Amino acid sequence: MIKMLINNLEVQAEEGYTILDTCKFYGLEIPTICHNDGLSNYGACRLCLVEIGEGTNTKMVSSCTYPAQEGLVVHTDTRRVLETRKMMIELMLSTAPGSKILQDMAAKMGVKQQRFELRNEECMYCGLCVRICAEQMDARAIGFQNRGYQRKISTPFDVKSKECRLCGACMYICPACQLRCQGPDAETAICSGCLDMDPTCVDVYDELQCWMYDAGECGTCIRKPSEVADDIEEPKEKNA
Amino acid sequence: MASHAKINSAEELKKTVDHHTALRAADDRVTLTVSAGTCGQARGSLDVIASLENAIQEKGLQEKVRVKVTGCHGFCEAEPNIIIQPQDLFYQHVTTKDAEAIIQETVLKDQAVETLLYKDPVNGQTASKESEIPFYTKQNRLVLGDNALIDPTDIREYFSIGGYLSLAKSLSDMTPEDVIETITASGLRGRGGAGFPTGKKWDFTRKSKGDVKYIICNADEGDPGAYMDRSLLEGNPHRMLEGMIIGGYAIGASEGYVYIREEYPLALKNITRAVEQAHEAGLLGENILGSGFSFNVKVYKGAGAFVCGEETALMQSIEGKVGVPRQRPPFPAVKGLWKKPTNINNVETWANVPLILDRGSDWYAQIGTESSKGTKIFSLVGKINNTGLVEVPMGITLREIIYDIGGGIPDGREFKAVQTGGPSGGCLPKEKLDLPIDYQSLMQAGSIMGSGGMIVMDDKTCMVDVAKYFLNFLRDESCGKCLSCREGTQRMWEIVRNITEGQGKEGDLVLLETLAHAVKDASMCGLGQTAANPVLSTLRYFNDEYLAHIKDKKCPAGVCKDLVEYFIIPDKCTGCMVCARVCPQDAITGEKQQVHILDQEKCIKCGACYEACKFDAILVE
Repeated sequence: MIKMLINNLEVQAEEGYTILDTCKFYGLEIPTICHNDGLSNYGACRLCLVEIGEGTNTKMVSSCTYPAQEGLVVHTDTRRVLETRKMMIELMLSTAPGSKILQDMAAKMGVKQQRFELRNEECMYCGLCVRICAEQMDARAIGFQNRGYQRKISTPFDVKSKECRLCGACMYICPACQLRCQGPDAETAICSGCLDMDPTCVDVYDELQCWMYDAGECGTCIRKPSEVADDIEEPKEKNA
Repeated sequence: MASHAKINSAEELKKTVDHHTALRAADDRVTLTVSAGTCGQARGSLDVIASLENAIQEKGLQEKVRVKVTGCHGFCEAEPNIIIQPQDLFYQHVTTKDAEAIIQETVLKDQAVETLLYKDPVNGQTASKESEIPFYTKQNRLVLGDNALIDPTDIREYFSIGGYLSLAKSLSDMTPEDVIETITASGLRGRGGAGFPTGKKWDFTRKSKGDVKYIICNADEGDPGAYMDRSLLEGNPHRMLEGMIIGGYAIGASEGYVYIREEYPLALKNITRAVEQAHEAGLLGENILGSGFSFNVKVYKGAGAFVCGEETALMQSIEGKVGVPRQRPPFPAVKGLWKKPTNINNVETWANVPLILDRGSDWYAQIGTESSKGTKIFSLVGKINNTGLVEVPMGITLREIIYDIGGGIPDGREFKAVQTGGPSGGCLPKEKLDLPIDYQSLMQAGSIMGSGGMIVMDDKTCMVDVAKYFLNFLRDESCGKCLSCREGTQRMWEIVRNITEGQGKEGDLVLLETLAHAVKDASMCGLGQTAANPVLSTLRYFNDEYLAHIKDKKCPAGVCKDLVEYFIIPDKCTGCMVCARVCPQDAITGEKQQVHILDQEKCIKCGACYEACKFDAILVE
């Protein structure tokens, strides 16, 4: 077992664990886009940043790729970490403003605005699709092309791939292209509509009536009537 | 022809070296040493060599004179240059027409050709010897100096200056631990940029568990305007190779790789030939010099991506994958090339190794400063009189390099900034000129040592434009994996581009700085972590220039096209028509001897008129 300190808590990690694995094991929430338990660690989205080291000699690393090490001192919630994460999500939103996952995450982190020129690429190059295609579907039909700002995801030579079985795994795992944010003003501001929403639904779950159905149910309506009654008295608590 | 029979023991090598050293000493021919690195060749040194050989043949002097073709001598401004021994003369800017005079005057009559001698651009004094030229006097050319002595394509030439003796010494008299201890004691630090202590790095790899270990020479030099490593590989490849073999012995590696970019054809050719020759001479391969140590070197060509200079990306590239950095730890010393312990050093670092073993760690450690030992090669380029490669002891000030060695700024203009460390470095202003150069001091000033690029800028350089240039380079060269680097450099470039186009808004600078810090903090590899340096250092030292662009919509240096206009000053215009002739848009009209008129509608601000006007009658504002 590896002993280390996370947020001043003494924790133990198993051999081969990353910092993110350890944090998850102890129930510490760390936001991430490009990480998936079934795929290899990649470290592209830089959202899972944590600060390691002590005193003035600290640095930020992506917790999903950094191995747990004996005696490591980790902080997951310093001001530096939170501010940098906010900047990362702002950068991501500027290229994929219509992603519900990003919009929700941004709203939750308290990002109020997106200050960069919008580029509707609807992709943040997290590489989940590339990895699921290679590692789980064993197809390697898609991959990255070019480098730097010209990076894109495509099939080799941009022609229809013979390896592709149209399994749809790439679309299934994509955080940008499946769930779309249809909020009121998604393009210019962080909509936060889903998170701050007051439940307006009927008490009984019904596909036809649920306006959230396409985007995934919000779950408000399927709670027990007694809970709903509590909500009416203290409406804000449940949304925190 | 240049090959050498197999040498079987350290004793035999010593005899070979003695033999060739004696031959060199006994050679009393007049030697015309022509610098013909890539830079020299670009300035026509190959033609000069041909015409010299012709002239020698015509006069029938083959027995008495020889032309020696070497790599770069460092003084690019004077290319093609010739050093003549035993007269000890230094000729600069030699052309094919001068060959006749050189043979006639210097070789036959022992007289200097006055027109070819070096003239100081500042005080106009002539210097006949290399040692009298200010460019060379303040340098300490421990590594680079041998370039002018040997033909890099011939291993016997390297023997004649004591080549491979350090290897023989290591293999026969020292244990690997002794070698590492010597390197550690010398205080040598990595010359590739980060400055990690070399001995420590070797020790990690030696102690790392594994049956197969590798060493790598990083010759993927990609900074704009930097060419130290190229010149070393072109001019003295055996020296780097000797360092690598010693390193291989110390670390316990069986194989070495030289990772070199294909854009360096001459360096590639010379190092490949050097490896072959070392093989034939038994300095590579099985049982080197009868010591039982076996070592091979492969030369690997890179496609020239800047990011492949980053060690983990470089190793990916050798493995045949896309050059993308990966998380460290595990460090290469533990899991490197093909997951085996690997030690990677830069060309200049390897080239320092034979020197340290030859003269001892104490001698080496007395050169330089407390924390940074030895010499460093810088490529001094930009707005500077003496462009070239300079090798100076650590701790020398920027002022000494720029004014004493570099000869100051051309055309009497004013110094504005110096950019060190390539695209990952920063721009330092006039106030920092007295900064002693070492790894720490540059870091504190907001720049880095890098691999040794040094770009000097004068008052006609716009610092916002400079930041834009480097950001454009980085957004293109980022591998694109980390969001922070890929999107961060792109967004920083967009903001700076908007500022240079007069679209800058209030709040841009705050956003730029926040973003720059985030990019620095959040990126995985060295490229991303330093990508914000050009922005942060210009924001720190040249904030007023940014403000002038944003608030006054003016470019003080007159560089940013969207913010300047060209005017003709009537009082100064003589009506010579030169500007009208060079203008590609026919925007300038006027009769001879009459003040010309510039049509702002047609003007594309190319600056051709400004360059052409001899009377300073064009105003840029």
